[in-house]
Amino acid sequence: MTPTGYFLAHLWLIPLFPLATAALMLFFGKRLPNNAVSVLCVGSVFVSFIHAAGAVIQLLSAAPENRVAQQIMFEWLTPGPMQTTSGQAIRFVADWGFLLDPLSCVMVLVVTGVGFLIHVYSIGYMGHEGGYYRFFGYMNLFMFAMLTLVLANNMLLMFVGWEGVGLCSYLLIGFYFLKKSASDAGKKAFIVNRIGDAGFILGILLTAVTLGSVRFTSQGLPDTSGASGILQVLKAARDSGTLAVLLPTMTAIALLLFIGAAGKSAQIPLYVWLPDAMEGPTPVSALIHAATMVTAGVYMVVRMNAIYQLSPVALNVVAVVGATTAIFAASMALVQNDIKKVLAYSTISQLGYMFLALGVGAFAAGIFHLMTHAFFKALLFLGAGSVIHAMSGEQDIRKMGGLWDKIPYTAWTFAAATLAIAGIFPFAGFFSKDEILGQAFDRFFLLWIVGYITAGLTAFYMFRLFFLTFIGYCRADEHVEKHIHESPRPMVLPLMILAGFSLIGGWIGWPEVLRGENRFERFLDPVLGGVMPETGTVRIAHHAFFKEIFLMLASLAIVAAGFWFAYEFYHSKRIAPELIAAKLPKLYQLLVHKYYVDEIYDAAVVDRTKDLGTLFGLFDANVIDGVGVNGAGWLARFVSKLSMWWDKWIIDGLLNLTAKMMQLLSYPVRLLQTGMFSSYAMLILVGLVVLLAYYGHHVQVMLRSVR
Amino acid sequence: MLPIENYLFLSLALFIIGVIGVVTRRNVIVVLMSIELILNAVNINLVAFSRLYGDVTGQVFALFIIADAAAEAAVALGIIIAFFRNRETVLEDEMDLLKW
Repeated sequence: MTPTGYFLAHLWLIPLFPLATAALMLFFGKRLPNNAVSVLCVGSVFVSFIHAAGAVIQLLSAAPENRVAQQIMFEWLTPGPMQTTSGQAIRFVADWGFLLDPLSCVMVLVVTGVGFLIHVYSIGYMGHEGGYYRFFGYMNLFMFAMLTLVLANNMLLMFVGWEGVGLCSYLLIGFYFLKKSASDAGKKAFIVNRIGDAGFILGILLTAVTLGSVRFTSQGLPDTSGASGILQVLKAARDSGTLAVLLPTMTAIALLLFIGAAGKSAQIPLYVWLPDAMEGPTPVSALIHAATMVTAGVYMVVRMNAIYQLSPVALNVVAVVGATTAIFAASMALVQNDIKKVLAYSTISQLGYMFLALGVGAFAAGIFHLMTHAFFKALLFLGAGSVIHAMSGEQDIRKMGGLWDKIPYTAWTFAAATLAIAGIFPFAGFFSKDEILGQAFDRFFLLWIVGYITAGLTAFYMFRLFFLTFIGYCRADEHVEKHIHESPRPMVLPLMILAGFSLIGGWIGWPEVLRGENRFERFLDPVLGGVMPETGTVRIAHHAFFKEIFLMLASLAIVAAGFWFAYEFYHSKRIAPELIAAKLPKLYQLLVHKYYVDEIYDAAVVDRTKDLGTLFGLFDANVIDGVGVNGAGWLARFVSKLSMWWDKWIIDGLLNLTAKMMQLLSYPVRLLQTGMFSSYAMLILVGLVVLLAYYGHHVQVMLRSVR
Repeated sequence: MLPIENYLFLSLALFIIGVIGVVTRRNVIVVLMSIELILNAVNINLVAFSRLYGDVTGQVFALFIIADAAAEAAVALGIIIAFFRNRETVLEDEMDLLKW
């Protein structure tokens, strides 16, 4: 039995509520008072959340293998008869349709749930800012795009959401668009994302022409004839024995899609936009650049797991890139002094963890970490926002300290998130991180070491951040210090709720070795089936009990080591960090300058692009303008001169010649026209005399005959 | 009756005096008077030949010319008076309104 119910029949409403309020805000928001904006925008996200939660509950009532609900609004793109590259005639269709299965359940709950809390927080945080309606309009537009992305039932509709979140990210990073650094950061994020998007759309096109379908599932379709999903096409190919032919193409698709994922999820080499994206308001960093949008790449790879599982090469690329990004970003976070920058590099590092999980085939573990990360990283960003709020806009942790007593709620919740991200038992981060490390240990030992070290670094930089911000004495200016105050209630409440999730959210995936059921992975199993039994999702290889316990203890040990170093450096001050920095000046400079990646990109790509632009500019100025435009101008002038000469001397000349002739010929006649009456009278007389002299004889004869 | 030549010489003398007046004088009124002389010279001619040939047609024609001359004098003097009111001159070489 497929599940049914009101909420499942109205999946399409989930993205529609935020879209409606976003449209209202962006068209009429200027005239609405701030209270109405808050109620409408936060309310619409809440209604979305209710619908999402209802739909998930109704879906859960079905048996695990039937947990798919699909709703197709209309056939959106139907390009007519097509052929796949293998020559098979197909009817390609991309619907405007929504799909709810265990994977999108997780995403839709995270997006609407965390999204709602962040919206509530924004009421307090953005309350005194200009452009309140604009902020909420963009945020709701983002919610619409993100929900479209996670609920889409095919790759093309997913791409619509994908581009939508990219747009909103750009708009919100550049929210303070009068600030040059903010608008530059927005542009950087957008352009870097475009590079990834190019890979993504190529991947979609390659999938469409190879498999003839971009649907994620064929279940529950009204038209089952030939309208099958990617998984079904692959299964058919497996049964007919043509799967081997497709494998190279699958690798290509997987790698192209991963370029898209790397752009959106800030992986090497496209991670450079995320630290700059911190120019946006802090709730934006929490919602878009920590909890939801940046995880879209992870979600997309898991969504396409059937293709990835067919390509060990692509999976290895994903794993290596993920692990490299994780340790690389974590090392940069060690020396950052801006509270949000530390969190940004931490986000990149954690996303690297997720890709490491996907790369070793632990898709469920990746999604698990995505979920727990959404809780604690959103909480960390919101807490950072609360700190910045209390510190009158100060973001440098060197000027903080001693906030523990002054803003207790923020401090407590921040501490909870720090424990969770560091991976301390039994908080959320411990379970998800341990799951990933455990899987990596079996699959790719080298990458396990990388991930293991990263766990230690993570603990170190998070506790460093915590100690510098909340413990010790206050290093702020006097009047800033006097002004420190706890944030208003709309900001504190979401912090508390998220703190609760950060602490206990990981229990849903309590591993079997600790007498749990690992419900989370069981829940996701149906969507991670894959095509080949042997490449199917990695079941937790039942390690020996002691091995698992050993791994957990080992990771706890390195976390403890990270904590201890942070404590020694920044709390007890028994070791001065400056001394270490002075001993390793080159390494320290390398980290402070973030491995000079921005500089290298500037030199290698940005400046070369500018050079190319200059070159084109020169070409334009000299060849196009010089030869083309000026040449045409010169030619036109030459021709018109010629024409003028012709006109002046030939056309006018002929006319003047005629006139001159007339003048010449009329000259003797003119002499007669004296204008003097007497001369005319004289002429008449002379004429009369002449006439009479000549004709007098005839007159005489005539008169005679009369008589 | 005197021989016809006497009449003709008188007429010729009057005619030549009239023509010289028309051609040489600048005053329009004098020119008009000269034209009257020319017309009367013609009248003398007509009456003389009418008498010579015993045909009354010439005399009738002369009467017509007298009437015609009266009408002509009236119109011409009217024009001259109207012109004088505007330009305060009766000299023909100053009547140059239509001259370019």
